[in-house]
Amino acid sequence: MNRLQDVFLQKQGNLLNVYFTAGYPTLHSTRPLLRALQAAGADLVEIGMPFSDPLADGPVIQDSSTQALKNGMTLSLLFEQLAGMRDEIQLPVLLMGYLNPVMQYGMERFCADCEKVGIDGLILPDLTLDEYEREFKPLFEKHGLAAVFLVTPQTDEARIRKIDALSNAFIYLVSTASTTGTKNAAQSATEAYLQRVASMQLQTPAMVGFGIKDRSGFELACRYTRGAIVGSAFIDALQGASEEDFPALCKSFVERFKSPVSTT
Amino acid sequence: MTTQTKSPYAVDERGFYGRFGGAYIPELLYPNVEELQKNYLKIIEQADFQEEWRALLRDYVGRPTPLYFARRLSERYGAKIYLKREDLNHTGAHKINNTVGQILLAQRLGKKRIIAETGAGQHGVATATVCALMGMQCVVYMGAVDMERQKPNVERMRMLGAEVRPALSGSRTLKDATNEAIRDWINNPADTHYIIGSVVGPHPYPDMVARLQAIISEEIRKQLKEKEGRACPDYVVACVGGGSNAAGAFFHFLDEPQVQLVAVEAAGKGIDTGKTAATIARGRIGILHGCKTLLMQTPDGQVVEPYSISAGLDYPGIGPLHAHLHDTGRARFLAVTDDEAMEAALELSQTEGIIPAIESAHALAALKKMSFENDEVMVVSLSGRGDKDLATYIDYFGRRS
Ligand SMILES: Cc1ncc(COP(=O)(O)O)c(C=O)c1O
Repeated sequence: MNRLQDVFLQKQGNLLNVYFTAGYPTLHSTRPLLRALQAAGADLVEIGMPFSDPLADGPVIQDSSTQALKNGMTLSLLFEQLAGMRDEIQLPVLLMGYLNPVMQYGMERFCADCEKVGIDGLILPDLTLDEYEREFKPLFEKHGLAAVFLVTPQTDEARIRKIDALSNAFIYLVSTASTTGTKNAAQSATEAYLQRVASMQLQTPAMVGFGIKDRSGFELACRYTRGAIVGSAFIDALQGASEEDFPALCKSFVERFKSPVSTT
Repeated sequence: MTTQTKSPYAVDERGFYGRFGGAYIPELLYPNVEELQKNYLKIIEQADFQEEWRALLRDYVGRPTPLYFARRLSERYGAKIYLKREDLNHTGAHKINNTVGQILLAQRLGKKRIIAETGAGQHGVATATVCALMGMQCVVYMGAVDMERQKPNVERMRMLGAEVRPALSGSRTLKDATNEAIRDWINNPADTHYIIGSVVGPHPYPDMVARLQAIISEEIRKQLKEKEGRACPDYVVACVGGGSNAAGAFFHFLDEPQVQLVAVEAAGKGIDTGKTAATIARGRIGILHGCKTLLMQTPDGQVVEPYSISAGLDYPGIGPLHAHLHDTGRARFLAVTDDEAMEAALELSQTEGIIPAIESAHALAALKKMSFENDEVMVVSLSGRGDKDLATYIDYFGRRS
């Protein structure tokens, strides 16, 4: 059992999963942001590995990726930054990103390095279910990495069941048919979809992501799932911030979604 | 044609050509792509589709395009050179073979709205044209940089009733326009069909576009049989951006090993200069736009912006069929520089009275890099006409003289 599976079992209440892009706003923000998010009471963190062509992302995350690459972010550097993080970071940490940079790094080497620095799970949107099952499942398992898959309002029941069977941490429910950061869809449509998935009684917990920006969106997600993933709204908040700002910024950001709770 | 034993160059059931291809798509695109995967062959092979598509190709596009024996060019090179005149198609290039087919497919899937990406604007114009023809809404994504470089095609698309949306992300060229089109498709999963302009993207696009462009080699066989008494030439030569005109010109010769296939990439300033679009020469295997293929990229896997004087050849990847033809040695790949292509364009203009597209001029320039016997028969795919490139020609030759 890793930290990721643990958090869903051990923590009561709603879980907030915060996404940021490695190398944004500055090249060396990664560790300071992890510390600040942990202190602020985030429950999970997703670190985006920037890519030149992020297909599933809207303008906010695209721009943060472009900036991160300009700042000089690479996968090798990210692993250097994450080395030793488990001395101070207890939060479950996932890496999210597109296949090509991972493939160039080498999938085996990537998974081994993830394990070495203490990564708990991976979200690779263009790694299809089929390809994961066929090629990479044993590798992920060997390195203790949970695979997180997306489900959308268009995903049919049989496929959701298959995703449920293959998942070992949480299922990522994409709120609406859209790229990241798009405006909230009609609340009723989202609600019917969340209700439909909730009624399937899946074995894997779910979180909702894409377009969650405020407490009402977060609470809607939490009525049907264990929590939500917030990305674009956090990237927006980070714009122009420097390292000294992170603790206060993360604290007030987390409080936009959840009331303060003690983390110990 | 009926397929007896499976060709080693045909796509497999998972969408692969050897180690290339597939459909590496986010779950958000899964329903759209799956719908196409399940239906494209069924629809394309239906009699009523074939009838309507072929009637439009004949009466609207102007097919069959001539297979023209280029006498003076042949004398100069000491071979029998035929030009497959895709430049004489409506809208000036082979691109419309694909868009006519895909719009008929979109109608049969009940789609109401069409999106496309375009680089030079040729595919955008071909898409806007068939949307006007069918009365369908059309949105074309084009890199902001390309919109500036290719203004007349932007105006043509607008006159045809299409909305041209600038791609403002990344490097603001073809690959970013493709990203934007895919994002649009993610946001509009129910009513929209995405018409990709070349043999790239997730399965089934490479196979679907190749089958729609295969009309080129289907005609070549028939026409060559009439002119030379044999269906198979000794060589087929075509330029490769994504690779759709080449795929179409090669298609019905893939399993005829006596036909030598020659694909010509844009070397730009030269394959060792860093300013090139020669993906086979300079790419490494990677994944872009849902497809595993050779890709121009940094050691870290960030996609690199290619360079060529021809805006239609500067895609950072290459169709997975071509990557496989290279792997297997079935096709030979040559790289032609800007200067060599421009020279070849001038030569064709002045020996045959045909001003080619700069893309097509790359195929012509390959003649200088090949050696043949006197009576060998070669077919060059003249994929498009040079009208769109006049400003570039004037600028280039003006600066040189
Ligand atoms: C005339 C012409 N030829 C060739 C190409 C390259 O495309 P492909 O490699 O798909 O044939 C283009 C693309 O715009 C074109 O306009």
